[in-house]
Amino acid sequence: MPDPQVTVNGQPRPLAGTPIHTNALDFLRGLGLTGAKEGCAEGECGACAVMVARPEGAGSRWTPVNACLVPALALDGQEVVTAEGLGTPEQLHPVQAGLAAAGGSQCGYCTPGFACSMAAEYYRPDREAGADGFDLHAIAGNLCRCTGYRPIRDAARALGGPAPADPLAERQANPAPAAVATRVDGFARPADLADALTLLADHPDAVVVAGSTDWGVEANLRGRRAAYVVAVDRLPELRGISTDGPVEIGAALTLSEVEAALGDTVPLLAEVWPLFASPLIRNGATIGGNLATASPIGDLAPALLALDATLLLASTTGDREVALADFFTGYRTTVLRPAELVRAVRVPTPLAAHTTFRKVAKRRYDDISSVAVAAALDVVDGTVVRARIGLGGVAATPLRARATEAALEGRPWTQETVEAASSVLAGEGTPIDDQRASAAYRSAMLGNALRAWWDEAWDEARDEARDEEGSA
Amino acid sequence: MSHLSERPDDAVVGLALPHESAALHVTGHALYTDDLVHRTPHVLHAHPVCSPHPHARVTRVDTSAALTVPGVVRVLTAEDVPGTNDAGVKHDEPLFPDVVMFVGHAVCWVLGDTLEAARVGAAAVEVDYEPLPAIVSLTEAIDAEHFQGGRPVVARGDVEAGLAGATHVFSGVTEMAGQEHFYLETHASLTLVDEGGQVFVQSSTQHPSETQEIVAHVLGLDSHHVTVQCLRMGGGFGGKEMQPHGFAAVAALGAVLTGRPVRLRLSRTHDMTMTGKRHGFHAQWRVGFDDDGRLTALEATLTSDGGWSLDLSEPVLARALCHVDNAYWIPHVLVHGRVARTHKTSQTAFRGFGGPQGMLVVEDILGRCAPLLGIDPVDLRRRNFYVDGQATPYGQVVRHPERLAAAWEQVLASGDVVRRRAEVAAFNAAHAHRKRGLAVTPVKFGISFNFTAFNQAGALVHVYKDGSVLINHGGTEMGQGLHTKMLQVAATTLGVPLAKVRVAPTRTDKVPNTSATAASSSSDLNGGAVKDACEQVLARLREVDAGRGLAWEELVREAYFSRVQLWAAGFYRTEGIHWDSTQMSGHPFKYFAYGVAAAEVEVDGFTGAHRTRRVDIVHDVGDSLSPLVDLGQVEGGFVQGVGWLTMEDLRWDESDGPARGRLTTQSASTYKLPSLGELPDELHVALLEHAHEDGAVYGSKAVGEPPLMLAFAVREALREAVGAFGPEGASVELASPATPEAVFWAAERARGAAPDRVVEGLPGVQPDRPDPAAPALHPRSEQAARAAGEA
Repeated sequence: MPDPQVTVNGQPRPLAGTPIHTNALDFLRGLGLTGAKEGCAEGECGACAVMVARPEGAGSRWTPVNACLVPALALDGQEVVTAEGLGTPEQLHPVQAGLAAAGGSQCGYCTPGFACSMAAEYYRPDREAGADGFDLHAIAGNLCRCTGYRPIRDAARALGGPAPADPLAERQANPAPAAVATRVDGFARPADLADALTLLADHPDAVVVAGSTDWGVEANLRGRRAAYVVAVDRLPELRGISTDGPVEIGAALTLSEVEAALGDTVPLLAEVWPLFASPLIRNGATIGGNLATASPIGDLAPALLALDATLLLASTTGDREVALADFFTGYRTTVLRPAELVRAVRVPTPLAAHTTFRKVAKRRYDDISSVAVAAALDVVDGTVVRARIGLGGVAATPLRARATEAALEGRPWTQETVEAASSVLAGEGTPIDDQRASAAYRSAMLGNALRAWWDEAWDEARDEARDEEGSA
Repeated sequence: MSHLSERPDDAVVGLALPHESAALHVTGHALYTDDLVHRTPHVLHAHPVCSPHPHARVTRVDTSAALTVPGVVRVLTAEDVPGTNDAGVKHDEPLFPDVVMFVGHAVCWVLGDTLEAARVGAAAVEVDYEPLPAIVSLTEAIDAEHFQGGRPVVARGDVEAGLAGATHVFSGVTEMAGQEHFYLETHASLTLVDEGGQVFVQSSTQHPSETQEIVAHVLGLDSHHVTVQCLRMGGGFGGKEMQPHGFAAVAALGAVLTGRPVRLRLSRTHDMTMTGKRHGFHAQWRVGFDDDGRLTALEATLTSDGGWSLDLSEPVLARALCHVDNAYWIPHVLVHGRVARTHKTSQTAFRGFGGPQGMLVVEDILGRCAPLLGIDPVDLRRRNFYVDGQATPYGQVVRHPERLAAAWEQVLASGDVVRRRAEVAAFNAAHAHRKRGLAVTPVKFGISFNFTAFNQAGALVHVYKDGSVLINHGGTEMGQGLHTKMLQVAATTLGVPLAKVRVAPTRTDKVPNTSATAASSSSDLNGGAVKDACEQVLARLREVDAGRGLAWEELVREAYFSRVQLWAAGFYRTEGIHWDSTQMSGHPFKYFAYGVAAAEVEVDGFTGAHRTRRVDIVHDVGDSLSPLVDLGQVEGGFVQGVGWLTMEDLRWDESDGPARGRLTTQSASTYKLPSLGELPDELHVALLEHAHEDGAVYGSKAVGEPPLMLAFAVREALREAVGAFGPEGASVELASPATPEAVFWAAERARGAAPDRVVEGLPGVQPDRPDPAAPALHPRSEQAARAAGEA
């Protein structure tokens, strides 16, 4: 196996000897590429954003990620571009020129990260030049404390398209670097699932990482150190997606990849993505990782609970299927056995006809839920025949609101039923007071979730009032 | 027009230029203190050993286990300090404490070959503590009368008579939280002992001269042994005015003791846990209005949460007292201030420096009382504005109040406020679960340091033989565009193209005895000094030229060969200001900066979530030195203020459990600041025209802090939207920050018509009275000025 190395701004850089806890940010800064900055060390601020070449169709796609969360060794075989690789002070990249001219930098510390997030969107193949062509969500994971964002937004919206011979645009026409198997002291990227399962059996204390968006925080902020790290994000057996029959999503697909592949196939999930962390995180975080870390405040689990999802768990003895509702056993614990991996998530079809996702947080985007409520209903002839409600933020695990489901099923879908069910929903879970919200607020938000849904989507009386307003 | 403010034709000031480092910022080539580590060989990394207790006596420190960790080189403790074991200017901040005063307080520091070694070493240091009782919340401190420092009083007229003669008297309590700076670059120092034995400190500091003084006194050296350089900061906002000193001193101590460079950079968690923040305030107030809603009297007691040491709490409090009037004439005033001592980080300067907290009190009063008076809050605010000839409660005549009135009218017109408020009312009538509000608020903010001695600055301007110009000045660059403005000032004064001028990093061996880059004054002060230095050189060059009109390069060359000095040290002091901190009266401010904002918000009644739909701002920057920079300051300050008032939520564990005193929002995932999603859907900002300021460099005005308070418009709009959930005429009490949860509960109270805790009539809730025995503020500058006067 060749020595690990990564291509940074077009130059090969050896990774050999890098400690397993060294993240990509510190590695890059150690090379003298100090453009990427540490602002928070937990993927919240985007000051460390860099672009990596990821596969997309037959070509590749410049994908921004938070360098602070990724183990440097996980970059083996990959291509990275930092702000320094976009342009120089003498020859600015169009994104950099736009940011500079608009007054988009003040202290400048967050700016290289913004430049990388913006450049990745600039190179999105199907992006149209012009004000509405730039998806502003692309920079939702980058914090700026100086400008108030208006000049950054304007710079983004003013961007044209890449010039004909733009080397980074041309690079996207070619395949991304193939996944390489890596095996160094303390770190392994297995070539396939069988190899991975064997490794896990050999290293029962191994930490499994994919995008490392959870483990990276543990390592950076809480000083946790792994004896052995196994990277599973490129395992081919974990990267398939199928929508024929039940929707089956490979566990190692990033949330961005799932979002792109599903489109509107699962409307409830389409509602979740924009509210789930930031693009920088969604480009790293995988669907399997999100569930396996078993966060009680995750946004995906409530939605998948409402969809009656199951998990396919792989081990050397074969697959087993576990309902997501039975997967979580306690605070950040699951039924996963040692040396067992989440291989895929399966969503049964047909999907419920009516779904909603309600997230309450201090900040509209890129925040952790105080409360998340996902609901899926089938209503036949005005009667609720099936209700599934998943909750986050109100117990030690994500959970189903079974009492509320019971209060809905078999009842007419009316405002009176909504009111009655809302009272039940307000009593679900065991919410606590913490820095995000009070227990009382969390309960109130549970109680209001269905009411708000009714008001927005079902209340015909309100619609009539609106129509009158519109015609007035 | 004064000589200082007169602007020549073809001035480079006034051009809308990007930040002078913009091309470096966007490419990642701009260097910050910690970027230098990778080009510094043999550097050691420092990691703190932090107290888990909010208040405890340190009974034993055993470093032996740490010293066995591979890569650990040394542990710095109190015994190592050759000079004074103190990191502050008030001598109440031991650098290595024997009594820890807050959770996170560093007991000692571990130096390692790698940060990993230092971190592991720090975890191996054994510390025994004897826990002591801790006061964590501001109200606990008030109840326990646990105060520190001076207790200033601003008084005018007879507040009892003013209240007795009022038609309406209301009283209540207003509380507001502090704010974490969250500069993207955390505190950082890199220190080495250079070839000449000089201690060279690179620090992310807004006050290099004071960092130099503290490092020197900790090391037991004279100031001329220590040089502090600040390349630039990744944001400061006041958080690096006084807080960097101790970290620089630790790094310097390590460098002196080991002979190796020492890097100390705080992680975000450490930065949030260990460093000071904006002061939360508590205010008790009684207010009187006449028949027309005009303010007759205000009595208030403002208590700030100072944290464990004084730091800048006294001057922050003084500025709060001097801004409790905001834009409003109040005939009878008695405002008393005090600083609570709590077992938390030592709260410090933050953009506005007490001004926002003082102003929030009166805006909260007007917002809560308007419905009780039956007066539209827009009218209530407008009719109480200062008019020409009226003075502030501390005795300074308010100059140019008509400019504030003009800005107000401009916002009402450009924001189409009357029509839109009607639309808001119609929307609210049509929607049961969504309500909108549109509010307009003014800003009047005094410019100059209250601390008179700080109103001076120096600059060093070199003209080289080839005609290129290098400027140094005492101010630091933290993103506010000061260097950009100074380049423009130098180019304007010398009459040369901007490209001829370069600005060098701030260093204490170039310009000594500098003031903090703070109080929005740095362009005024350093601009005056740069201009002075340039004029000295220019005067000599004019003699050489003798009317021949030589080209710049030729003139410079000829001057050199004629043995004419081509460099100069410039100096500036603000004239016409004076302040008596014992009486809390005088003329502390050179001028006032004005601004007005109108904000429209929408509130979701189910969750309390809110969104700012549109904001219109007119702000007064005088004749702008650099319009793009000023626009950036106005917008950025506004959004930062919105963060303080609506989102940023500092929480400490106030329980009696084992985590008591711990900051529970000590990370970016728990402390949320505005992101792109909080940018108003529409944001219109205009700079006030015809705003020439006669007393400042090239007719400009300060801009750093005042726009932060424009965000009051959003808070007041939220109050109106919340009020729309309830019956008309009810007062709305709104917590600060008005997070979605706080707005939700306010709406619940409005829906249930739960009363605001405003008390009507006399005697009402009487504010705590000033303690005549309490110390006043006695800044050294005033003592020195008095001594000089007596001599």
